[in-house]
Amino acid sequence: MFDFVSFIPRAVVQGVPLLFGSTGETLTEKSGNLNLGIPGVMYVGGISGVIGAFFYEQSLPSPDAISPFLAIAVPFLCCLLGSLLMGLIYCFLTVTLRANQNVTGLALTTFGIGVGNFFGGSLIKLSGSDVPSIALSATSAYYHRALPFAENLGWFGKIFLSYGFMVYLAVAIALIAAFVLRKTRVGLHLRAVGESPTTADAAGIDVNRYKYLTTCLGCMIAGLGGLYYVMDYASGVWSNNAFGDRGWLAIALVIFTIWRPNWGVLSSFLFGGLYILHMYIPSGLNLAVKELYKMLPYVVTIIVLIITSLRKRREDQPPQHLGLPYFREER
Amino acid sequence: MRKEGKEPLIHISKRAALPWYVAWGIRAAAIVLALVVSALICVIMTGQNPLQIYGAMFTGSFGTVRKTWVTFQDVAMLLCVSLAVTPAFRMRFWNIGGEGQTMMGCLASAACMILLRDVLPNWAVIVCMVVSSIAAGAIWAVIPAIFKAKWNTNETLFTLMMNYVATQLVAFFCVVWESPKGSGKIGIINGNTHVGWLPEIFGQKYLLNIVIVLILCVLLYIYLTYSKHGYEISVVGESERTARYVGIKVSRVIIRTMLLSGALCGIAGFLLTGGTSHTMTTTLTDSRGFTAVMVSWLAKFNPVWMILTSLLLVFLDRGASDISSKFGLNQSFSDIITGVILFFIIGCEFFITYRINFRKAAGKEAETHV
Repeated sequence: MFDFVSFIPRAVVQGVPLLFGSTGETLTEKSGNLNLGIPGVMYVGGISGVIGAFFYEQSLPSPDAISPFLAIAVPFLCCLLGSLLMGLIYCFLTVTLRANQNVTGLALTTFGIGVGNFFGGSLIKLSGSDVPSIALSATSAYYHRALPFAENLGWFGKIFLSYGFMVYLAVAIALIAAFVLRKTRVGLHLRAVGESPTTADAAGIDVNRYKYLTTCLGCMIAGLGGLYYVMDYASGVWSNNAFGDRGWLAIALVIFTIWRPNWGVLSSFLFGGLYILHMYIPSGLNLAVKELYKMLPYVVTIIVLIITSLRKRREDQPPQHLGLPYFREER
Repeated sequence: MRKEGKEPLIHISKRAALPWYVAWGIRAAAIVLALVVSALICVIMTGQNPLQIYGAMFTGSFGTVRKTWVTFQDVAMLLCVSLAVTPAFRMRFWNIGGEGQTMMGCLASAACMILLRDVLPNWAVIVCMVVSSIAAGAIWAVIPAIFKAKWNTNETLFTLMMNYVATQLVAFFCVVWESPKGSGKIGIINGNTHVGWLPEIFGQKYLLNIVIVLILCVLLYIYLTYSKHGYEISVVGESERTARYVGIKVSRVIIRTMLLSGALCGIAGFLLTGGTSHTMTTTLTDSRGFTAVMVSWLAKFNPVWMILTSLLLVFLDRGASDISSKFGLNQSFSDIITGVILFFIIGCEFFITYRINFRKAAGKEAETHV
């Protein structure tokens, strides 16, 4: 019998980094920016949180002196700051300097993964402290802490309540983003900027400001995915390249949800499930087949991409001006 | 944009074409600026004299004869993938699937080396490798192209996803053909018999690769600049509507160009597996498919300039990894330096394409400053 009670929580924790990433990227793409730097941003978000937590733990006189508020706030703010800087680099290059978005995004990914792995690998040496490895168990315990009564509720508690606070934060952010996009005037303006910046500009919307704000906000949300991965999922242990291809999977998820953050909630858990499905499929001794299962999220994404382009429903299409710079005097 | 008063402080307009030496002057200035910034980062990290660091970068790439050969071999491989993605870029088809297409080339070559080694003589195996890797790369590229041509499916996202499907396929076959059993990876293929290995010419292991890529580079330059196909690609890139109006079949150009693009990636995969490393892993292409996008773009999609830009990126990568081992830093240091330099080069294109006009006294016509 397939063990859903152990499978679903694992799928959820796999899905949460993707959910953060895809919510951030959806907002960004709605403003017409195709930010392929998301994998890099998520690395930077993760490592910024780690750096914050590391120095916070180092500064404590004794491990008992840790304050719950600071243990959560310091890494959180560092993560937001780091991802914001990445977002600003991207915006400055693509919006102000009108550079090609694909090239800028890929450069940002190279840079971000480099920053993550560099500081992850040499933080201890650079700070001159004498700990053997980066294991932020004290701070990550606060990220990992579930509701106290979850234990007593059997399978219900395990499936719905056994997570750290960032899981619920991810769901909340996705739902809020969906609401803002569909139901508010700001969302309408934002969609106008992504679909047709010329029209938006003519209607008096400040195109560049919208692009800057949403892209930076999107990066900050995506960065939280990196933070969640290190502080909660990996229990505060940073290992280089462990984050893997999740950033690209987050971009795949944006297509899969056809640019709807609220669909992202369940889809990300589905993707998380597909990501770990190979561990649950009894394939006997044949390890090779497991590699094929890992292909599933990408294949599914391609199929969705093809189907949406075949059906040509206007509300399912990518933002029309996605990936193109906007220059008022260029008609 | 800043808005101060009624007339904005700065006003940006498009330039007419700059003379090439000014354009390259601006690019050179950006690179110098980037090197200064990277030097600052180096100094903060290592506390060493930046000149020493750049010296170390140079010896890291060209210090010994062997290192120089490896550098040139890396340049050739990166150049090959960059050449491959270029025709597609010139028609504004954002093929970021070079990684997957190259990987399929590697996979096809490795398959021929493993499956045909006992069946066919060496030369026939090599012929099969060439044909099958070209076919594999081309198939991987033409799938997104068909969907783009027929149904306008977003090619950036499609080709991106195809990369990971290819990665997992390679991972699958790595386990299927693992040797020794249980290791989960393919070691050096045909290490004793050298079946399917490209021959060494003039006693140099990498020379044949480099020569092949240089020939491809010249051929592609001629194809893009002087042939009718190349002209059609440029027209489609400039404006699809114009292309349709003058009677170019856009969908046919897209599919044909992507076949070429994928075939070249397949050749890159063949050279990687058959000529350089004689193995197959999921990391064999080493993100060259993505780096190639930047190489090609930096060179303005001109195959000859690409020799320089790929040399620059390989130099940075090898040099910076040498520094990191010398000064006990993490390998990824090179990615940071590469990233910083790319940001500067990407940013400087703005100053080549556009002119910034500052506001003079109120009411007067804005005068032009460069």
